[in-house]
Amino acid sequence: MKKQNFVRLTLTYLVVLIMFVIILYPLAWIIGSSFNPGQSLSGSSIIPENATLAHYKELFDTSKSNYVFWYMNSLKVSILTMLFTVILVSLTAYSFSRYRFVGRKNGLMTFLILQMIPNFAALIAIYILATLTHLIDTHLGLILVYVGGQIPMNTWLMKGYLDTIPKELDESAKIDGAGHLRIFFQIVMPLATPILAVVALFSFIAPFADFIIASILLRTEENYTLAVGLYDLVAKQFGAEFTTFAAGAVLIAVPIAILFLSFQRFFVSGLTAGGTKG
Amino acid sequence: MSKDLSYSTSHSKKALILSIIPGLGQLYNKQFLKGAFFLIMTAAFFYVFYDLLNIGLWGVVTLGEIPFTDHSIFLLVYGILALIVLVFGIGFYLFNLRDAYKVGGSRDKHEPISTVKEQYRNLIDNGFPYLIMSPGFLLLVFVVVFPILFVLLLAFTNYDMYHSPPAKLVDWVFFKNFVDIFKVDMWRQTFFSVLSWTLVWTFVATTFQVALGIFLAIIVNQKDLKGKAIIRTVFILPWAVPAFVSILVFAGMFNESFGAINRDILGFFGIEGFPWMTEPIFTRIALILMQTWLGFPFIFAMTTGVLQSISQDLYEAATVDGASNIQKFKNITLPLVLYAIAPVLITQYTFNFNNFNIIYLFNGGGPAITGQNAGGTDILISWIYRLTMTSAQYSKAATLTMLLSVIVITVAIWQFKRTKSFQEEDMM
Repeated sequence: MKKQNFVRLTLTYLVVLIMFVIILYPLAWIIGSSFNPGQSLSGSSIIPENATLAHYKELFDTSKSNYVFWYMNSLKVSILTMLFTVILVSLTAYSFSRYRFVGRKNGLMTFLILQMIPNFAALIAIYILATLTHLIDTHLGLILVYVGGQIPMNTWLMKGYLDTIPKELDESAKIDGAGHLRIFFQIVMPLATPILAVVALFSFIAPFADFIIASILLRTEENYTLAVGLYDLVAKQFGAEFTTFAAGAVLIAVPIAILFLSFQRFFVSGLTAGGTKG
Repeated sequence: MSKDLSYSTSHSKKALILSIIPGLGQLYNKQFLKGAFFLIMTAAFFYVFYDLLNIGLWGVVTLGEIPFTDHSIFLLVYGILALIVLVFGIGFYLFNLRDAYKVGGSRDKHEPISTVKEQYRNLIDNGFPYLIMSPGFLLLVFVVVFPILFVLLLAFTNYDMYHSPPAKLVDWVFFKNFVDIFKVDMWRQTFFSVLSWTLVWTFVATTFQVALGIFLAIIVNQKDLKGKAIIRTVFILPWAVPAFVSILVFAGMFNESFGAINRDILGFFGIEGFPWMTEPIFTRIALILMQTWLGFPFIFAMTTGVLQSISQDLYEAATVDGASNIQKFKNITLPLVLYAIAPVLITQYTFNFNNFNIIYLFNGGGPAITGQNAGGTDILISWIYRLTMTSAQYSKAATLTMLLSVIVITVAIWQFKRTKSFQEEDMM
């Protein structure tokens, strides 16, 4: 029995070790590349001999690179998308969860179907419409598309959570004379903070990670978000500026990964609670 | 015996007939404020939207008649706007008829008609959900529904490089695009080769990531394993790093001339490098390996959550009954895990079906293949992107979008019909 346990544990540790190598190698490689002197990777190694911060400095030099703009743009777009999404989604989810009105059933069905079609499926239309309305190459246009695309899925997620908050609470508040808005702001929303946080996280991450819509709508380099800018940096002259790209990648990956790991518990519990009730 | 006849008056019918012009029925019912409001709304509706309705409805039928003067695509957009406005208008009109009929009915029964103050309270109570939903709803109509309608209509036109306004007009061609895709050799071959790779990609990549995620979660969950916290943190890392960053990094690693995979890893074992970026089959293998790397942590985290919530009593009871470890795994662990994460699994499949980022950022859908207008690793969504952004085949791209949406919606509806949260929903 003991021997069997020993074999089982050794095998497990072996698998874990292999996975560690597979997961960490690309990350170590890109971090190493970002400290390599020179622009290309020929002759580079994971632990560079003459490590340099030159590529990081170059990224922050706005005369040489738009990286700082991209970073600001991404933060701006993501934060505004998050704000608008949370406001609009909490309002729609609240009405679906708490009121019975004409068109409710059809509305829910519509949301369900809309959340299945990724909003970039209509990318031709988004592109043409943005051109017509002169919203192309503006962050406003981008934010509007993101917020609109976030509404159906997050409404369902949040409605699922609000349904679990007992209705007796708002009914007794109503008897005590509280109005619609008061019940919404002072009774239901405080109880819904966990799901608000999940919706906020989702609607922050999605625009941050989106490439396709941003690449369709944004035309000038200063307006790019990180995903588009970073791709541009690589695609323009692949390899020739790889080390600069590596530094840029590290500067995105590290803060996001730290943020993500600290919120990770939240993420998983939110997903299991709201999205998939059973 | 109809109900109306039992009353001496027939206010409801009169009000209904008068309401053919919105507001008159309400005035007849002595609800003067409401009636005036309805009348003004109707007048304003026609005043504001007359031009739009006029041009839009004409435009959506003809798509313009004179090149340079009429811009077919603008007309199509106006047409859709006009249709949306018309739907709202009809909704208001029906509401007006219903209101006049109902109020007239309560007059027939000699019930008191609600006063202005009561009407106001009523409006607030019944209108509140509509009021707070309207901002989100309007945004949804314009940035999500509008584009979908636009693509739907575009699929039935001949909008492409050769028919592009203002120099040329776009025309309705009805089902020609659909016929072309299945009849014209070049389109048919490309479509089926892209579709089959999309399906293979979706199935293999998703299955790999799910299997790896569940497997790792189960072995890390063993009681006597040390360092669980560190192991779990590292296993989550590929999820924590934004996918577009990882994909671009991998694109560098798989690069044939300077990438680490050919030079450092395979070189270390004395194997000659593979043509990762220039041979479709190798690009496909690389994509599937990458997606497994990117996707397993999510499943790993979900499964870990489920495993931790399984009650120990079940295992103890099974031990008492003399079950072996394998039996416990087969009859307790696996069914519970699969049951809990089943809904997530299907979203994983639909996600990969439309996983544009990995295909495009890794190798632009390439390498190119002769005899078709899609790259060797293009899936449907990236092919649509290519048709739109590089070869301006808008109507064909729209047609393909329709076909893609049909597939996604069919799968998704089938899935949601089965999930509990949908069945339990009290749909009024």
